[in-house]
Amino acid sequence: MGRRVVITGIGVLAPGGIGTKNFWSLLSEGRTATRRISFFDPSPFRSQVAAEADFDPELHGLGPQEIRRMDRAAQFGVVTAREALADSGLDLAGFDPYRAGVTIGSAVGATTGLDNEYRVVSDDGRLDLVDHTYAPNHLYNHFVPSSFAAEVAWATGAEGPATVVSTGCTSGIDSVGHAVELIREGTTDIMITGATDAPISPITMACFDAIKATTSRNDDPEHASRPFDGTRNGFVLGEGSAAFVLEELESAKKRGARIYAEIAGYASRCNAFHMTGLRPDGREMAEAIKVALDEARMNPEQIDYINAHGSGTKQNDRHETAAFKLSLGDHAYRTPVSSIKSMVGHSLGAIGSIEIAASVLAMENNVVPPTANLHTPDPECDLDYVPLTAREHRTDAVLTVGSGFGGFQSAMVLARPERSLA
Amino acid sequence: MTAKVVVTGIGVATPNGLGVDDYWAATRVGRNAIGRVTRFDPEQYPSKLAGEIREFVAEDHLPSRLIPQTDRMTRLALVAADCAFTDAGVRPGDIPEFDMGVVTASTSGGFEFGQNELKKLWSQGSQYVSAYQSFAWFYAVNSGQISIRNGMRGPSGVVVSDQAGGLDAIAQARRQIRKGSKLIFSGGFDASICPWGWVAQIAGGRMTTSEDADRAYLPFDANASGYVPGEGGALLILEDAEAARGRGAENVYGEIAGYGATIDPKPGSGREPGLRRAIEAALADAGLAPGDIDVVFADAAGTPELDRIEAEAISAVFGPGRVPVTAPKTMTGRLYSGAAPVDVVAAFLSMREGLIPPTTNVELSPAYDIDLVTGAARTANVRAALVLARGQGGFNSAVVVRAAD
Repeated sequence: MGRRVVITGIGVLAPGGIGTKNFWSLLSEGRTATRRISFFDPSPFRSQVAAEADFDPELHGLGPQEIRRMDRAAQFGVVTAREALADSGLDLAGFDPYRAGVTIGSAVGATTGLDNEYRVVSDDGRLDLVDHTYAPNHLYNHFVPSSFAAEVAWATGAEGPATVVSTGCTSGIDSVGHAVELIREGTTDIMITGATDAPISPITMACFDAIKATTSRNDDPEHASRPFDGTRNGFVLGEGSAAFVLEELESAKKRGARIYAEIAGYASRCNAFHMTGLRPDGREMAEAIKVALDEARMNPEQIDYINAHGSGTKQNDRHETAAFKLSLGDHAYRTPVSSIKSMVGHSLGAIGSIEIAASVLAMENNVVPPTANLHTPDPECDLDYVPLTAREHRTDAVLTVGSGFGGFQSAMVLARPERSLA
Repeated sequence: MTAKVVVTGIGVATPNGLGVDDYWAATRVGRNAIGRVTRFDPEQYPSKLAGEIREFVAEDHLPSRLIPQTDRMTRLALVAADCAFTDAGVRPGDIPEFDMGVVTASTSGGFEFGQNELKKLWSQGSQYVSAYQSFAWFYAVNSGQISIRNGMRGPSGVVVSDQAGGLDAIAQARRQIRKGSKLIFSGGFDASICPWGWVAQIAGGRMTTSEDADRAYLPFDANASGYVPGEGGALLILEDAEAARGRGAENVYGEIAGYGATIDPKPGSGREPGLRRAIEAALADAGLAPGDIDVVFADAAGTPELDRIEAEAISAVFGPGRVPVTAPKTMTGRLYSGAAPVDVVAAFLSMREGLIPPTTNVELSPAYDIDLVTGAARTANVRAALVLARGQGGFNSAVVVRAAD
């Protein structure tokens, strides 16, 4: 085995609880953060529910200039990156800055900022030839979301490779997977990575309305996200960010870092089937899972918990249930599976990283978070989805997966570095 | 880990040529494709010039069902992907589905598609927004659509690092080949010449307001006043060198030999910009010394401060005036994520013909100690080339390409 990569710092900003501690309280208590949309009047929309974060940028240390120039998603990313770096106890000032890099995942970039600025420059759609004299300078930062990676680099002092990874709803796994590859190959020793999205805006609600992907359960917003339940009828849009400090295992040990987990395996595949549709057999996700396990040199039996994509659409829940069976065999029936989207919603590109954070915290606490709102299981989904309440469960290794528009299917295996290798 | 990775097929669509042959025929003679914007009336805007692709008719190349669900950049990318397969002499069905992937760069996504749907949302109502809006504009769409059209189920990805991203995507594709994939598509396409995209680009503050198409985009010139944007890009097929030889690939353009990337320190820090370090990393990765590089394809920002930083980095690594430098993107404008992949194509074609294409329209400022190839193309034995790309926010990427053995 060559260079191994571990997580040594975590920062989370999620609906229902900002900061890692509050996030874990929400998950372990099985509370939900979904509610009727408050950011704008949702009444014209088919789906009027979202998981919103109560975020005050000033309270999180952002200055007036940062607040003005950054989209909400960029603000989230900077706040969680700073939290992760502080959590790691790492002082980048002592390192060659070129050996530290940044990868940030985001599915839709500054879509909320773009929606807002479009309204102004077009005068609410009246102008085809939109008016540049009303455009702020930072519109370019919204136009190209790599500005998020630049902001995180500036906030942390990294000067090595930096990029945004944007593979739709698997961005939050793929971004971290990309960072792992850079450390393994020796390009960097430290990565600031993670993902962010803040898509709760009219244009996002409208586009998911158009394909009925989001829930119409507007009369019961707190219980609207129901992965694996027979009564589910679409996902609940969310927002948030999670960031990590990754280091090479030996150097992390040498400096006495707290090691949360090793990122032991990662793989991504494409279904090459449909931009939004999934084939029920789960074949491509299963392939990603198998390759990630091989890379981790682990057997399916070593997986103690599966953090599911669990978006709460019928096609997803059946697709990934099939994928788990195909890749893990009988062990799929024996290992707990849950979806935190039941509590924090689906924050598109960010959720993959938020779910990595949840997986690591499950290992820290030896507690598996539940699938909230799961009262009447879909008979087609016959695994152990940990309904309603968290479960104490020895958790040494976690499989977390994502699936998204464009056909991307990603899988990551998190494990304790001292495990036995197959 | 250090297996050689070669380019075996290319598809390009640029303002001065669709397809490799047309692109190179125009580029080697320095044909300028910059002109006044025709896609909309630019009169009210301070910037009025662009490099537009004028002959492309998507309906001639793609099934009609794909038209309503795709932005222009995706149509260009899908057609370029078809061309690259043909060029490589490979059909998608020839290779196991999990061994083929797509890693593209994006800058702004499908902005024109987005403008149309935002207009419907705000002027008519949310129920008028297209069912395709959920994916047609987003950054991952080109990788997704190319994988679907060609049945490619292997490792794929999308990177966004403004105009540096095209090289970052090629580097990521090379990683996937080294990890065992047989064929990876890489490159980038952008096409945001629509009013909403135009206004966003103007906001960036680096576009020229010149209206003289022959004296507008002038990198390294004393009269540099900003850049002209363009649309288009390139897709490259990457394969393991041994595997390409094994299947009898006929069009081996050359090797992706080295890569390095950095991001500049925060503005105002007083620290050195990262471009020099990116170049040095790419050379080290390729195992080459500065003297081995026969030509540098510059990023060529076209603003005095950024041109100075680039000229200084080149001089610091190679010595003043010691390596020919060129920027054929002066003919097309800057193509965002497509710019650097097109320069990689130009570098390979320079090797093939022994000819460095010119930096058109530019008269080199005496302030820069570089050997800029201006006027006409220059005959040269090109065995290795360095391609540079930078993005707003301080992204610096460098790729070394080398002739195949």
